[in-house]
Amino acid sequence: MTARTREAIRAAIFAVLGEIAPEADPAAIGADRPLRDQIDIDSFDFLNVIIRLHETLGVDIPEKDYAELLTLNGAVDYLARRCGAS
Amino acid sequence: MPSLGADMDAGTLVQWMIKPGDAVKRGQVVAVVETQKGAIDVEIWEDGTIDQLVVGAGKKVPVGEVLALLHAAGETAAASPAKPAAGLRPVPAAPAKPRVEAVSPTATGMARGRTTPSARKLADELGIAIDSVRPADPDGVVSRADVERAAAARKAAPAPAAELKPVVADWHAQMRKAIAAAMSRSKREIPHYYLATDIDVTKVTDWLASENLKRGVAERLLPVVPLMKAVALALREMPELNGFWTTEGYKPSPAVHLGMAIALRGGGLVAPAIHDADKKGLDQLMADLRDLITRVRGGRLRSSEMSDPTVTLTNLGDQGVEGVFAVIYPPQVAIIGLGRVTDRPRVEGGAVVTRKVLTATLAADHRVSDGHRGAVFLATIGRLLQEPEKLL
Repeated sequence: MTARTREAIRAAIFAVLGEIAPEADPAAIGADRPLRDQIDIDSFDFLNVIIRLHETLGVDIPEKDYAELLTLNGAVDYLARRCGAS
Repeated sequence: MPSLGADMDAGTLVQWMIKPGDAVKRGQVVAVVETQKGAIDVEIWEDGTIDQLVVGAGKKVPVGEVLALLHAAGETAAASPAKPAAGLRPVPAAPAKPRVEAVSPTATGMARGRTTPSARKLADELGIAIDSVRPADPDGVVSRADVERAAAARKAAPAPAAELKPVVADWHAQMRKAIAAAMSRSKREIPHYYLATDIDVTKVTDWLASENLKRGVAERLLPVVPLMKAVALALREMPELNGFWTTEGYKPSPAVHLGMAIALRGGGLVAPAIHDADKKGLDQLMADLRDLITRVRGGRLRSSEMSDPTVTLTNLGDQGVEGVFAVIYPPQVAIIGLGRVTDRPRVEGGAVVTRKVLTATLAADHRVSDGHRGAVFLATIGRLLQEPEKLL
């Protein structure tokens, strides 16, 4: 697992969200509000987000950690920790 | 033109995937048809050889219209006349009139009279539907020159599948219309009754968590998957909820083809079938669901998926609702609704404990079943979910 900056992780999250919910506007996403209140994603979409993050960042996210990825900031914090971000 | 649901009365042939002379196999995708619910891959339901394409690309025709003529396997062109190709298995209660007889052999025969044999031969070679060719002189016969003109026009026309996609706004309006038609018919004709029950899903939730812990991200099962299996198994024991209401009365289905209500981005929904859901393992159900959702939202559905569902399952738990009282999709006779899994207090052995609970609902057709049987059905789902390892 290579070290990545928080910015790179944030960009990776936006890229994945953009694939799954193309109508979402990254600039309009509140970083501390639950993503699912702001973007129309269901459990299938969410699982695809997890799969794509796993593919792009190489982080295996167990189900019990899903709750840490509910907001953008939460997801960046979690993934930065798991990636050993600088 | 197959009926791809009770709400469909016509479709536009977008593209042929076959040409006259091609051998076709049952289940093969032979054409793309644009409906109010998007482009659908139409499968053929007989083995044989294509004789001719009756309806040309770009043409909108009513349900029941003959699209192509085919020689069944084993027949030779010389020995027997081609017959209308069955676009798909008939949908039992679809309001499609028996148009097949009305339009097919006679109409084709008449068209034949206005076409020179060499023009017909050329059209076959070029893969042009001869009946779509208009003669230069409106009262005249279709000549080779007319066929060549049609072929040139087809070449000049933009690539069919990609370009014929309707604009988004219109597509949404069409989808809304289709849903409105089906749901209005349902509320007008079907005497619904509704039941709801709370199911303790603690065991299946815990079991799924431990199962998913063993799996990589791409192999994980969504919470709805074991619920789908339990619903499908319970339906097997309850034929009066799984089948079609037809003009001759109720026809139960021996197979359980579970229609999954899938929302589209930006509005609208479709409920295509997962075939034989009661016989599939959870991994297969998950793979099928993934494939179906992916194609609903980005690709294309197949005609059998649109016309085969014997019952529908709608899962609105993701959106946070606790219960959904759904509208039956005719000609089906039941729809099952699943809500969100919540932690709720339950009394067990005199003590209050926290349990994971889900509200399951049933809307069913009172012409076919009664509340008692519906209640037994919901209880069966609850019972099956207490032994999750048996669902795998």
